[in-house]
Amino acid sequence: MDPEFSKGFSDQIRAAAAERRALRIRGGGTKDFYGNEPRGELLDTRGCSGIVAYEPSELVVTARCGTLLADLIEVLFKQGQFLPFEPPGFGPGATLGGCVAAGLSGPRRASAGAVRDFMLGATILDGRGRMLAFGGQVMKNVAGYDVSRVLAGSLGTLGLILEISLKLAPRPVSELTLALEMPQAKALESMNRWAGQPLPISATAWRDGAFELRLSGAQGAVRAAADKLGGERVDSDSAARFWAGIREQSEPFFALPAPLWRLSLPSRAPQIELPGEQLIEWGGALRWLKSGADAATVRAAAAGAGGHATQFRASDKPGGAFAPLPPELARLHRELKQTFDPAGILNPGRLYQEF
Amino acid sequence: MGSALPQIDFQKQKNVAQALRAFLPERCVLWQEEDTRPYECDGLTAYRRLPMVVALPETEEQVQRILRTCHALGVPVVPRGAGTGLSGGALPLGDGVLLSLAKFMRVVRVDPLARIAVVQPGVRNAAISDVVAPFGLYYAPDPSSQIACSIGGNVAENSGGVHCLKYGLTVHNVLRVKGYTMQGEEVDFGSEALDAPGYDLLALVIGSEGLLAVITGVTVKLLPKTEAARVIMASFDDVQKAGDAVAAVIGAGIIPAGLEMMDKPATLAVEQFVHAGYDLEAAVILLCESDGSVEEVEEEISKMKEVLRAAGATRLAVSRDEAERLRFWSGRKAAFPAVGRISPDYYCMDGTIPKKRLGEVLNFIGSLEKKYGLRCPNVFHAGDGNLHPLILFDANDADQLKRTEEFAAEVLEKCIEVGGTITGEHGVGVEKIDQMCLQFGTAELEIFHSIKRAFDPKGLLNPGKAVPALSRCAEFGRMHVHAGKLDHPALPRF
Ligand SMILES: Cc1cc2nc3c(=O)[nH]c(=O)nc-3n(C[C@H](O)[C@H](O)[C@H](O)COP(=O)(O)OP(=O)(O)OC[C@H]3O[C@@H](n4cnc5c(N)ncnc54)[C@H](O)[C@@H]3O)c2cc1C
Repeated sequence: MDPEFSKGFSDQIRAAAAERRALRIRGGGTKDFYGNEPRGELLDTRGCSGIVAYEPSELVVTARCGTLLADLIEVLFKQGQFLPFEPPGFGPGATLGGCVAAGLSGPRRASAGAVRDFMLGATILDGRGRMLAFGGQVMKNVAGYDVSRVLAGSLGTLGLILEISLKLAPRPVSELTLALEMPQAKALESMNRWAGQPLPISATAWRDGAFELRLSGAQGAVRAAADKLGGERVDSDSAARFWAGIREQSEPFFALPAPLWRLSLPSRAPQIELPGEQLIEWGGALRWLKSGADAATVRAAAAGAGGHATQFRASDKPGGAFAPLPPELARLHRELKQTFDPAGILNPGRLYQEF
Repeated sequence: MGSALPQIDFQKQKNVAQALRAFLPERCVLWQEEDTRPYECDGLTAYRRLPMVVALPETEEQVQRILRTCHALGVPVVPRGAGTGLSGGALPLGDGVLLSLAKFMRVVRVDPLARIAVVQPGVRNAAISDVVAPFGLYYAPDPSSQIACSIGGNVAENSGGVHCLKYGLTVHNVLRVKGYTMQGEEVDFGSEALDAPGYDLLALVIGSEGLLAVITGVTVKLLPKTEAARVIMASFDDVQKAGDAVAAVIGAGIIPAGLEMMDKPATLAVEQFVHAGYDLEAAVILLCESDGSVEEVEEEISKMKEVLRAAGATRLAVSRDEAERLRFWSGRKAAFPAVGRISPDYYCMDGTIPKKRLGEVLNFIGSLEKKYGLRCPNVFHAGDGNLHPLILFDANDADQLKRTEEFAAEVLEKCIEVGGTITGEHGVGVEKIDQMCLQFGTAELEIFHSIKRAFDPKGLLNPGKAVPALSRCAEFGRMHVHAGKLDHPALPRF
């Protein structure tokens, strides 16, 4: 990482640390809604952008935090490659740094993995303004604790992520979306059962009886699976629009009134009986809930099913956006925060109010 | 490599053994030399040390009490799985307790619909796939040591295998890890859902080499067995060409299920041992596997053949049936023991490099063979750039041992120089602790120590492994000269 790019940032962090002033790290601001309310003086990452290294045959790309996600995706697309975790942008301004910090993955998550699964390395500025490098640019690396994966989803509370190396994959040769109809319980059962068979299922979405399923892979495999699963074949343009709508939450479901909850559950958790509407993804492991139910009720239902609930989009997030941690994990979180950001100035409160 | 054996303090040994016997049955506490001797080393046999006491708990509650007791007494603890580790991670301490998880052999629960298995840490890697096979499922990471190594050890090392290019490492295939910190506090990382709230502590604990917590339960992800698999054996008359072929396969948009390389000295050693049917004329062979549905495999195999041929393969053989496929792999999986038969000792290295630097690094290793007068067959996970040079030596010859050590250090430093890493899957342990001073700067090492303190404030769990003390790096002499600046400027030089 060229220190020139980060000089301004490290000066800003050092000054803020000296005065214990909160900094709010922000790229395109497309995920301002996520987590607890951002606060503090703005640190805009967009000046630090660009792809640093990309060699398709290494399956690795290294890019700076302010790089537009859309630009990166475009460059990879031209080489027949992609980010397998299919990250949501939530707006054209989305940056790579924000994508990693938020740690959100899209429809392909259950089959391909999450942001953290593709993290190979990162260079960050910690809360003292020191430049630190973890991981690397190679695919297998077990030297030192795997800090770069921990950065995914840390919401900028551990450091300003300057540069990121990600593992890539070739885009699937063919894709086909099938539209089926079935009630929720049957859809949940089918998603789990099919995931246990060698079928190239790359995404699932169930909403109100409509069950969409995407197959990705070699032509022969996709064709054979489509014959086996049945349903109606969706034309590729509508399919692409549909999955983008799920990923970007522009589908009509997401416009329903009421706060949006994200329930992350074991895939085979039974139908969750809560007031409101649900949209199910990730083979049953992700359940979006539009509901006015109170936070305690939703959290208890998620915990009871072996998972956790996040208040994803809401004007008010009573008790915080994320599920509370058990005491021993809360202590480890506080100490990790202390390790990386002793003055507590980087996105304070964004993940948990306590730090 | 061998370190001076510290004398065991017999009074302390007696006290600690007694403290553990207060709640452990006799069969669970070993301290007499004839009983503790089998634990003196792991797979890195050049380092040996007798543990003061060996504890073999049978229940989680016993694990917790052992940790609490040792914590209170200030006695260090070294966790151990099957002891196949290759970096000395389970090397005992002469003043510590070796905590073996070998008795935790139970598969607690298999949920075929959810495609998960909950297992105890001592369960062998291969046993998981055996148990879930009737459901058409398997556990993907397959280290070559899979019939012996434990899942607890796999988690601690973030182990890979020949199929991890397509299916990922341990970190990609484990959903949840339960365990205890050194203070005996119960911890639970990850969940049966695909994520857990807060920081991804699961990712931090996987690959932490037994320094952060003792693992007592692992929930693994299971995958459906594919319908078909076939492997191509491709011969090349030149290392560089084979390296380019690897890049070409991946450049063609194919992620093979496995993509392995062996050079001629390695195939010669293997062929004497397992008769895998390798082409002994070739300078290097590639094993290139495709799996999936029957149609998919046919499609991919013919595409790969085309690419390999265009890249200059001198011979291509495709496995005709499952028996032949397994035979091709058996040679690769037995490569380490096979090499072990042609030399009194061998030293297995483990670095990762960008694939495009392959030819250069292999040539460099060739020049070191001449420089040190030692042979070094090469086996490696070509698809992900993970090298395993095997230096052949005789440990009874002190000078050979020393040359081996220097040879290995030069290879690791080369890996860093070309933009790679000193360990791809075997871990740092005690073996590569000095090279950690080259891989990381002072600030990163400080962060690692601080992470360690968050989990283990007294530094009693597997101390002296994986992360070097800053003072050690200062002593390490070959200091990290980076951009004309010396690292660790604040530390005294010796
Ligand atoms: C012939 C051979 C081939 C190999 N091939 C491969 C390969 O292809 N890929 C690969 O990645 N590795 C390979 N290895 C290395 C080794 O098998 C792996 O590192 C394996 O994961 C170690 O498991 P183990 O149970 O033997 O652990 P051990 O050697 O007992 O311990 C390894 C480390 O894990 C810690 N540990 C063990 N159990 C626990 C626990 N329950 N809680 C906390 N810490 C624990 C120990 O303290 C130590 O630091 C090979 C080794 C051999 C001998």
